[in-house]
Amino acid sequence: MSAGEIFLWIIVPYVAMTTFVVGLWWRYRTDKFGWTSHSTQIFESKILGWAGPAFHYGALAAIGGHVIGLMVPKSLTEAIGMSESTYRWFSAIAGAVAGAVCVAGFVGLVYRRATDPRVRRTTSRIDIAVYFLLVVLIGLGCLMTFAHNLLTTNPYDYRDSVSEWWRSLLTFQPDVEAIEGANTVYQVHAIVAWAFWALFPFSRLVHALSIPLQYLGRPYILYRRRFAPAPGRPR
Amino acid sequence: MRVKAQVSMVMNLDKCIGCHTCSVTCKQVWTNRPGTEYVWFNNVETAPGQGFPRRWSDQERWKGGWELDRRGRLRLRAGGQLKKLLTIFSNPDLPTIDDYYEPFTYDYETLVEAPLGKRDPVARPHSQLTGKPMEVEWGPNWDEGLAGGLESAPKDPHLQGIEEEVRMTYEQAFMFFLPRICEHCLNPSCVASCPSGAMYKREEDGIVLVDQDKCRGWRYCVSGCPYKKVYFNHNTGKAEKCTLCYPRIEAGQPTICSETCVGRIRYLGLVLYDADRVQEAASVPDERDLLAAQRDVFLDPEDPAVREAARSAGIPEDWIEAARRSPVYDLAMRWGVALPLHPEFRTLPMVWYVPPLSPVAATLETDGYEADPDDVFGAIDNLRIPLEYLANLLTAGDVDEIRSVLRRLAAMRSYMRKREVLGETDEAVPGRVGLSGPELERMYRLLAIADYGDRYVIPQAHAELGQRLMQEQGGCGLDFEDGPGNCGAVDSRPDTSSPRVPVDGERFHLVDLLTKGGRGS
Repeated sequence: MSAGEIFLWIIVPYVAMTTFVVGLWWRYRTDKFGWTSHSTQIFESKILGWAGPAFHYGALAAIGGHVIGLMVPKSLTEAIGMSESTYRWFSAIAGAVAGAVCVAGFVGLVYRRATDPRVRRTTSRIDIAVYFLLVVLIGLGCLMTFAHNLLTTNPYDYRDSVSEWWRSLLTFQPDVEAIEGANTVYQVHAIVAWAFWALFPFSRLVHALSIPLQYLGRPYILYRRRFAPAPGRPR
Repeated sequence: MRVKAQVSMVMNLDKCIGCHTCSVTCKQVWTNRPGTEYVWFNNVETAPGQGFPRRWSDQERWKGGWELDRRGRLRLRAGGQLKKLLTIFSNPDLPTIDDYYEPFTYDYETLVEAPLGKRDPVARPHSQLTGKPMEVEWGPNWDEGLAGGLESAPKDPHLQGIEEEVRMTYEQAFMFFLPRICEHCLNPSCVASCPSGAMYKREEDGIVLVDQDKCRGWRYCVSGCPYKKVYFNHNTGKAEKCTLCYPRIEAGQPTICSETCVGRIRYLGLVLYDADRVQEAASVPDERDLLAAQRDVFLDPEDPAVREAARSAGIPEDWIEAARRSPVYDLAMRWGVALPLHPEFRTLPMVWYVPPLSPVAATLETDGYEADPDDVFGAIDNLRIPLEYLANLLTAGDVDEIRSVLRRLAAMRSYMRKREVLGETDEAVPGRVGLSGPELERMYRLLAIADYGDRYVIPQAHAELGQRLMQEQGGCGLDFEDGPGNCGAVDSRPDTSSPRVPVDGERFHLVDLLTKGGRGS
């Protein structure tokens, strides 16, 4: 194991994870006021109307795919009787659909941000960094899904390499061997993804953690009390 | 009966001269910041006119407020909780900035720095969104005083369904001003629309606010409010709205729009209401019954049973006394001359309006004081402001209700004029509108003289009660209104009669550490 490999496959991931966790904690404690989706819909609604949902639903599906691909060990899918071929076609087709929808939406959103002067003016430097990372991540992700999984006779099995390494990081026993021999495209995707996670707490990406599921089933009208009621009195 | 108090407002449209002082002072106090250039917590629009944002009252388009489903149950017009979450990435009913206007400023430096020349320098408008030069095509009060005439005014949604030909020739045109702020509704659809739970109604005074730390910018409050009085700050990415100047109200002072109103048209006071009956009142099947249903939710502060219930609900004694002297209760309930704006939105709004009578009185009373009150009554149907227009605005289309309110106002004028000018007292006049002479005189004093202390009856907030929150320390955080309650404990409520002194060993020191750390960094 060379120093470079230790840096790329052990130090970078843990620094990114630490930055993600500590950064979120710090951001939440010090900047609740800045915690928002920072919507620009009041400036431009037509393109956002289809591109926003396409990008977000595509991305959510892709995130779900990552969770399955990285977290579910091969032994488990084999134990429930799913063959490698079945799994490959499931992941390739679902991944391709999610990727295509996400890319369509993303292109719409980038076009909108670049061409609408009102939206463009709201773009911060951190937004540009996020967009850059997303371009690389989504681009490589689609390359992997289409070129190395869907449209090839020799699909790359990332579950033997990248996934093993990913899970080994979570158990604090990094398995560098699993990743060092992996396909280069997958390696670059992984490294850029760590940069993405490290940037996450400091950008408006934090709104992704505020999906308001608590809205479901909540009473519609909320009251808040400024002062406590008199002691012993019913509310 | 669950008694709550609400600070509410009445505006007397007869006296609004459309000077916009309220809008300007409000803007100076609250929305004079980047991101809120286009935001007017208070605005004054000309009626007929498109309003701000354009055609805001057209709920076919904006889907604000509530409606009844097939089984007669109340639901948000824009769709329920699940639909909102599924469409959260692009709110289908959100107005865009062009529905308000593109905020602009002028290139004032040109005026200062222009070299001496034959022609005066001109400052060109620049967009405050892009900084680029722009053509101003719409703005706040672009159709002020019927400007734009036949091109603009007929797009007013309130004119729809009015059979009578709308008179738009200048000699016969009708017009009045409608100042608007947040309605601080009893059944606020903005609060119901907020997925984050950042919006709330204060229990003490009913003021509806946005928690800026909890808002995540999902924008459903903006589209959910049928009055379009929640705005999106494009700089902070959060929702903002009229606060009813709560820091002033808490200190017993009127809102800044009221304080600076040149025409003295605004009244502020408490209304006691039964929170348990709000839902039921908002759900009555016929839209035209909503006014009566809302009045039915209000409680009479002269009723000893109501006062006792208010006391046991923890409403302080001076607030109950203030509710008895409330000008809002007088105008809306005792005399019934104030009406809610668009009751058909089913939000039970709490800023009410006395409809304008001036044009008819002016027509009939040109000869001075000799107008016969019967003529006044008869002429109400020939008002230059069509009754149907006022009905679309204030009574969900119920023309009879508008007519009876205007008759009461006309009777007051006629009665007081005869008494003051001719020295005659015609006791038949008040009887015809179901009021007594002294009541008409009180109404006259409140509407015409409008002393400061009569217009604004605002009890101070009881900040000392904040201390009791300390006693809640260690109590159950889930035991709030409509909350799950008492954390599953056996006691219905923790004993808050004496302050709890936490045993040091049981304290969670990390919290203190973090608080100190947060301040230090």
